[in-house]
Amino acid sequence: MSTPVPDVVRSAEAPEQPQPVPTTKGYSIPGEGRSTLISIVTVFGLLLLWWVATHYGWIRDIFLPTPEKIFTSFGEAWRGEIQGGKPLSEHFWWSLFRVFAAFLFACVTAVPIGIAMGVSRIARGIFDPPIEFYRPLPPLAYLPLIVIWFGIDETAKIVLIYLACFAPLAMAARAGVRSVTIEQINAAYSMGASKWQVIFHVIIPAALPEILTGMRIGIGFGWTTLVAAEMVAATVGLGQMVLNASNFLRTDVVIMGILVIGGVAYAFDLLMRYVERLLVPWKGKA
Amino acid sequence: MLRCSSPSEVFRLAKLQISHVSVNYAGTSGRSTLALSDINLALDPGDFVVALGASGCGKTTLLSCIAGFMTPSQGEIVLGGKRVAGPGAERGVVFQKHALMPWLDVTENVAFGLRMRGVPKAERTRIAHDKLRRVGLEKFANYPVYQISGGMQQRVGLARALASDPEVMLMDEPLGALDALTREQQQELILELWWQTRKMFFFITHSVEEALFLATELIVMTPSPGRIAHRYRVDFGRRFIETRNARAVKADPEFIRLREEILQLIHSAPGSLEAAAA
Repeated sequence: MSTPVPDVVRSAEAPEQPQPVPTTKGYSIPGEGRSTLISIVTVFGLLLLWWVATHYGWIRDIFLPTPEKIFTSFGEAWRGEIQGGKPLSEHFWWSLFRVFAAFLFACVTAVPIGIAMGVSRIARGIFDPPIEFYRPLPPLAYLPLIVIWFGIDETAKIVLIYLACFAPLAMAARAGVRSVTIEQINAAYSMGASKWQVIFHVIIPAALPEILTGMRIGIGFGWTTLVAAEMVAATVGLGQMVLNASNFLRTDVVIMGILVIGGVAYAFDLLMRYVERLLVPWKGKA
Repeated sequence: MLRCSSPSEVFRLAKLQISHVSVNYAGTSGRSTLALSDINLALDPGDFVVALGASGCGKTTLLSCIAGFMTPSQGEIVLGGKRVAGPGAERGVVFQKHALMPWLDVTENVAFGLRMRGVPKAERTRIAHDKLRRVGLEKFANYPVYQISGGMQQRVGLARALASDPEVMLMDEPLGALDALTREQQQELILELWWQTRKMFFFITHSVEEALFLATELIVMTPSPGRIAHRYRVDFGRRFIETRNARAVKADPEFIRLREEILQLIHSAPGSLEAAAA
């Protein structure tokens, strides 16, 4: 064992420790900084308020059941012990099928049409009036017409959701075409690319970030329209489950259904953000 | 270092002839703007023509006409016996910025034109790597283009234009967005590439010093209407190739005298309030 150097000697011989320089920040800009913690506190605050309000009888059970009751009704719905007798998973899969069928169909039609509108004045002239006309209409306004045309089965529901997804997707693809620079197009031309090659190898990749944003907005509209679509002659589906529960004043099932729809929509948005990072890592960097 | 082309080699290479080119832009309410008026210019292989002038003197319009992005209102541009009608791979263009494809990596950007013309992947990658070596970027071949510096991005732009092995290199203020130090390095690189390839270079700049350093023929353009006001035959670029000493070339009394003379010309030209500085 080596003999320990006396403390006094070491501190006398050691070079003076440099004083750590305190860190600094730029003068504050409105809105800067992280907000995650505040959001978490807000969510728990709201849950706590809910719990207190229901347990101390501030709000009647029929308007707002206790959080535990929502949880119980989730279990009941899962086992199919609610009105209608279908398990939650069946409602869930049917709704998922309707939204995704409509969304996929919207992607394969709206994206090419939007790009065509961006690159061709003829396509723009043809598609602009109908899309701009129906885009601001609320889906509930044209739902009766869709029922008259397509009947009350799956087709009508998918068409309604499809129309809701279509417009934002087409608009996004059309706007995305604008994000290509004239230099990128001219560079491609001067390297021997043809017009079609410029569209497929320059304009479409450049439009991809906006198209993906459009997909996020489009699927959001799809979920929004789901309940409207399932209002007519549906026997299964999350929207139908909520509407049906409201007829029986099962507020707990209504709230549970809303939470499930919100949760699925949020999960899909997270997935889309992941796809975005994967497909367009250059977004906002070039 | 000096390498002379044999006569047959010179004959094989094309010549660029710009004859009586005028460009008249259609403006609003029936008025039009004469951006270029009766431009005549001839380039032989190995010529390095630099167009210098204040904003609005039509130098970018002239480059657009040569590149084929714009059709002259009058006159014609002939390259290697063929009249220019639209863009083509025999005229490579280097832009000031925003011209790379961020969804492709460095090599894919350089190989883009070859891919468009159906060159097999192995072959175009080999060519791309060769061009990247020439601009000193072989280590960055697999980088995303948005992760390299502005100077490197411009070198990717150079390599990309070279990859098509064009007859003419057209450069629209390629160094305009770079900081002064990077800019001087790039000037030397461009001279090297010009000397190695013996291609025709057409280069646009605001900087008198840059123009004098690079050019074999310097054209001073003046606005409204855009035309060539003065022409100089200079050889400071060749002197750099011989001596590899840019500072000495730029400190040469002759270089300084010409620089002051041209600056004087630009500042005294009509409508040159925003005229360039060196």
